[in-house]
Amino acid sequence: MDKHLRYAFYFLIVFGIAAIGLLYFYSNGVAVLNPKGMIGAKERDLLLLCTWTMLLVVIPVFLMTFFIAWKYRESNKNAEYKPDWAHNTLAEIIWWGFPLIIIVVLSVLTWNSCHELDPFKPIESNKKALRIQAVALQWKWLFIYPDQRIATVNYMQIPIDRPIDFEITADAPMNSFWIPELGGQVYAMAGMRSKLHLIADQRGSFRGCSSNISGKGFAGMSFMTHAGTEEEFEQWVSSSTGSMSLSYDEYDELVKPSEYVPPATYSLGESGLFDWIIMKYMKPMPETKRMAHDSVH
Amino acid sequence: MIAFIEYSDIFGKLDLNAFKHDAIEASVGISIILISIALVFFLTYKKLWVWLWRDWLTSLDHKKIGVMYLIVSAAMLFKGFVDAAMMRAQQAFSVGDSFGYLGAPHFQQIFTAHGTTMIFFVAMGMVFGLINILLPLQIGARDVAFPFLNNLSFWFFAVGAALLIVSLMIGNYAGTGWVSYPPLSGIKYSPGVGVDYWLWGIQIAGVGTLLSGVNFLVTIFKMRCPGMTLMKMPLFVWSVLNSLVLIVFAFPILTATLAMLSLDRMMGMHFFTSDFGGYPMMYVNLIWAWGHPEVYILVLPAFGIFSEVVATFSGKKLFGYTSMVWAMVAITFLSFIVWLHHFFTMGAGPKVNAFFGIMTMIIAVPTGVKVFNWLFTMFKGRVQFKTPMLWFLGFVIIFTIGGMDGVLMAIAPVDFQVHNSLFLVAHFHSMVIGGVLFGILAGFTYWFPKIFGFKLNEKYGGYAAFCWIFGFLFAFIPLYILGLMGATRRLNHYEAATGWQPLFIVAAIGVCIIAVGVFFQIVQLIVSIKEKDQNMDTTGDPWNGRTLEWSTTSPAPFYNFATIPEVSERDPFWTMKHHKQEAKYVEIHMPKNSPHGVFIGALSFTFSFGLIWNMWWLAIVSLIGMIVCLMIRLFDRDTEYAISPQEVEKFELANKHLN
Repeated sequence: MDKHLRYAFYFLIVFGIAAIGLLYFYSNGVAVLNPKGMIGAKERDLLLLCTWTMLLVVIPVFLMTFFIAWKYRESNKNAEYKPDWAHNTLAEIIWWGFPLIIIVVLSVLTWNSCHELDPFKPIESNKKALRIQAVALQWKWLFIYPDQRIATVNYMQIPIDRPIDFEITADAPMNSFWIPELGGQVYAMAGMRSKLHLIADQRGSFRGCSSNISGKGFAGMSFMTHAGTEEEFEQWVSSSTGSMSLSYDEYDELVKPSEYVPPATYSLGESGLFDWIIMKYMKPMPETKRMAHDSVH
Repeated sequence: MIAFIEYSDIFGKLDLNAFKHDAIEASVGISIILISIALVFFLTYKKLWVWLWRDWLTSLDHKKIGVMYLIVSAAMLFKGFVDAAMMRAQQAFSVGDSFGYLGAPHFQQIFTAHGTTMIFFVAMGMVFGLINILLPLQIGARDVAFPFLNNLSFWFFAVGAALLIVSLMIGNYAGTGWVSYPPLSGIKYSPGVGVDYWLWGIQIAGVGTLLSGVNFLVTIFKMRCPGMTLMKMPLFVWSVLNSLVLIVFAFPILTATLAMLSLDRMMGMHFFTSDFGGYPMMYVNLIWAWGHPEVYILVLPAFGIFSEVVATFSGKKLFGYTSMVWAMVAITFLSFIVWLHHFFTMGAGPKVNAFFGIMTMIIAVPTGVKVFNWLFTMFKGRVQFKTPMLWFLGFVIIFTIGGMDGVLMAIAPVDFQVHNSLFLVAHFHSMVIGGVLFGILAGFTYWFPKIFGFKLNEKYGGYAAFCWIFGFLFAFIPLYILGLMGATRRLNHYEAATGWQPLFIVAAIGVCIIAVGVFFQIVQLIVSIKEKDQNMDTTGDPWNGRTLEWSTTSPAPFYNFATIPEVSERDPFWTMKHHKQEAKYVEIHMPKNSPHGVFIGALSFTFSFGLIWNMWWLAIVSLIGMIVCLMIRLFDRDTEYAISPQEVEKFELANKHLN
C-alpha cells in the first residue's frame, strides 16, 4: 500500500494544480470573484481574506498528514515507535490555541462585516438612491420603480454609481433574490418586506436569479440587470412610460403561474401595488382583493 | 347501506392516475417490482422463508438488527446514488435550447428523494447499523437495554424507507427539497401526495430514531461491564453517546415540526402558511434546530470510528483521549446554538447573524483538535495502510477542505454570496461524503470480520477507496467553482450564456469515477465471499485490536461474551491479551424472538399510507392494530430464555475448535 500512497500524493498535487488552473481559466467568468459593485467587492475581499487566514492552518495539516503517514509507515523500521506515547500537554495547547486565535481573528471580522454589510443598511452616497420593489411571483420577477412609475418583468435597468434600495417580497412560495455580480442575496417571502442595498460600479449586464426552490418553473426565474449611465437610465424611463399599464386586473393575470416569461415593461397604474401585495397576506380573515385594496387606501 | 359508501370513502384520493408515470419513472417502478418478484421466488425456491422470519426479521439480537440496518441502507445508497447520477446527467446536458431528459417536476422529486434518502435512510441507517453491532460489544454487554424496542426501531426505519420506494410506483414524491420549506410544501402550492409521502416517511423513521436514541443511551449508562467508567470507554462509544444525546434533544423537534406541517396540510390549519397568521419562518427555524444537530448526529460516530481505526492501524494508543472526549462534548453543545447559519439571508439583524456565525466558527476549533490528535496518533506509530486507513486519509483531505469553506460560510456577508449555490452543495457533500460516508466505510471494513467472520479483500477495497476519493474531487471541486460563478442548486436547466456547462460535464465525469468505485466495492464483496476460506478470522482479533469487541470470537456468538469481561483501563483488550483469564461459565439470559416489531412496523406502513391517500378507515384500523400489538407484547411476561453454563461451554468449545 505504500506505493499507492505515493501515487496518491502525486495525483493530489496534479489535481491541485489542475483545480487552480481551472479557477484561473474561469476567473473572468466567476461572478463572485469578479464583482461589478462595491458591496460585491467587499464581500469578495472578505471571502479571500478569510480563505488565506484559514490556509495558515489547513496547509500545515495537509503537509503533516502526508509527512506523518509516509514517515511512520509500517515498512519504515528506522522510524521511532512509541506505542504508549499518547499525551503531550504542550502539543495539545498548541492545537487548541492556534486555531482558537485564528477563530478569534475571524470572529472580529465577522462581527464587523455583519454590521458593515448588513443588507438592510443603506449605502452612504451623495446621490439619491433609486428605489426598486422586487416581487417574486410564480415563476418570474416583477420589479416596480415606484418613483418612475414603471414596472418590469424579468429585467432591470439601473444607473451605475447610484445606490439601489431594494424592497423585496413574494406573492408565491419563498424565493431568494440574488445578483452575484452586484452582491449578496436576501429571501423574498410572502407578507414580509425584506431589504437589500446594492450598487453597480461598471456598465454591463448581470445575471440575477432566485436561489431558493419555489416550484416547477423555478429554474426559469433568471433575469438580466442592465447597468448603464444615468443618461441611459433616463432615456429608458422616458421610453417606458407609454407601455401598457399594470392595473390590479393586469396584475391578476401576471400572478398566475407561468414559466420562462420573456422580459416585459409596464407603466405603473397603481402606486400602492407593492404594499397591497404584502398586506393581502396580513389580514386576519380572507377578503376579496378589492376590499383589501380599499382598506389600504 | 353499501349504496351510501362512495369511492372516496374507501380509496380516498387514490385512483388510477396515481399509477400513471412517464417512461423513466415507470421503468424504475417496473424494475423494483421485478427485483421483488425475483427475490420472493428465490426465497420460496430455496425454502428460506422460515429461516428469514425466525433468524432475522423477528430476531432481537442486536448484531442481526444491525446487519438488517446495513442491508436496507446499502440498498437505499444504491437508489440515492442513481438519483445523483440522474441529476448530474440532466445538468450536464440541459443547457440553452435543450431541456434534458427529465421534466422539472421529475427532476425536483429526484433531488428531494436524493437528499432524504441519503440523510435518513443511508447515513442514519448505516450509523445505526454499526452502533447496533458494535456498541454492546465495545462496552462488554450481552445486548441492548431494550431489545424489543431495538427491533421496533429498525422496523420503523425500514417502513420510512419503504414509503419512499412506494412513492415511485404509487403517486409521486415531494419536489420541495429535502427540508421542504413551507409555503411551498403547504397544501396551497403542493396539493398532491408527494409532500405527504415525505412527511410520513421521515416521521415514522424519525420516531424509530428517537426510540433507538433512548435505547442506546440507557444501554451506555446502565450496561457497561464492571470497571468501565465513562473515561475508560472506547472513543467510538463516547462519540455515540454524544450523538445519542443530540438525538434525544433534537428528534422531538423534528417530530413536532412535521406534525404541525401535517396538520396544516390535512386539517387546513395555519402553523406555517403565509396567511391567517401562519409563520413559515418558524418552520425554517424549527427544521434547522433539528437539522443542524442532525449533521453532528451523523458525523460524531464517524469521528469515533476514525479514532478506533487510526489507533488500531498505527499500533498505538489514541493520542489525547481526554482532549478528544471534551472536543466532542464541546461540539455536541455548540451544535445546538448554530442553527441560524442555515438562513442568514432571511433578514435577521447583524448582531443575530454575527452571534450564530461566531458560534459556528468556534466548532472548527474542537474539530481541528480532533484532526491533530489523529495525526499525532500516527506519529511515532507503525502505520499499516489497510483499506480503513485509506478512507481516513481521504477523509482528512476532503473534510478539511469542507471544514474550511464551512467556516467561510459562517461569515454572514460571505454566505450572502454563496448561500443556496452549488458552493454550499459542494460544502455539505464534503462533510457528509468525506466525513460520514468515508467514516462508515472505514468502520464497515474494519469491523467486517467481527460481523461476518472473514476479512474483506484488500486489493479491491483499495481500488474502491481511490476511485471514491478522486471521483469525489472531480465531482465536487467543479461545484465549488460553479457556485462562485452564480450557479444555484436544484436547477433542472440553465442558459448557455452562463458558461457553466464544461464544469457540469467535469462533475458528471467525477460521478462516473465514483461509480467505478461502487463497482469495485461490489466486486470486493463478491471476491471476499468467494475467497472466504482464505480470509477467515479464526482468532477473533484480525487487526491486533485494542477494544473489547476483539476479545470474543468472530463472528461474535449470540450472547457476545461467555463471561462478562472486567476492565481496569482504557484499551482493555490490548492489556488483556497478555494475561489470559480462566473462563468460568454462568447461566445467560437472552431475549426471545418477537414478531410484534414486524407487525407494528407493517401496521405503521398502512397507517401512513392511509393518511397519505386520505383512506381514513385504513389509518384508524392500523392505529388500533398497532396499539393492540403493543399491548400484547407489553403483557407478555415470557420474553427471555436461559442458556445453562453447560450449553455455553459447548458453544465456546465449538468456537475454540473453529480456532
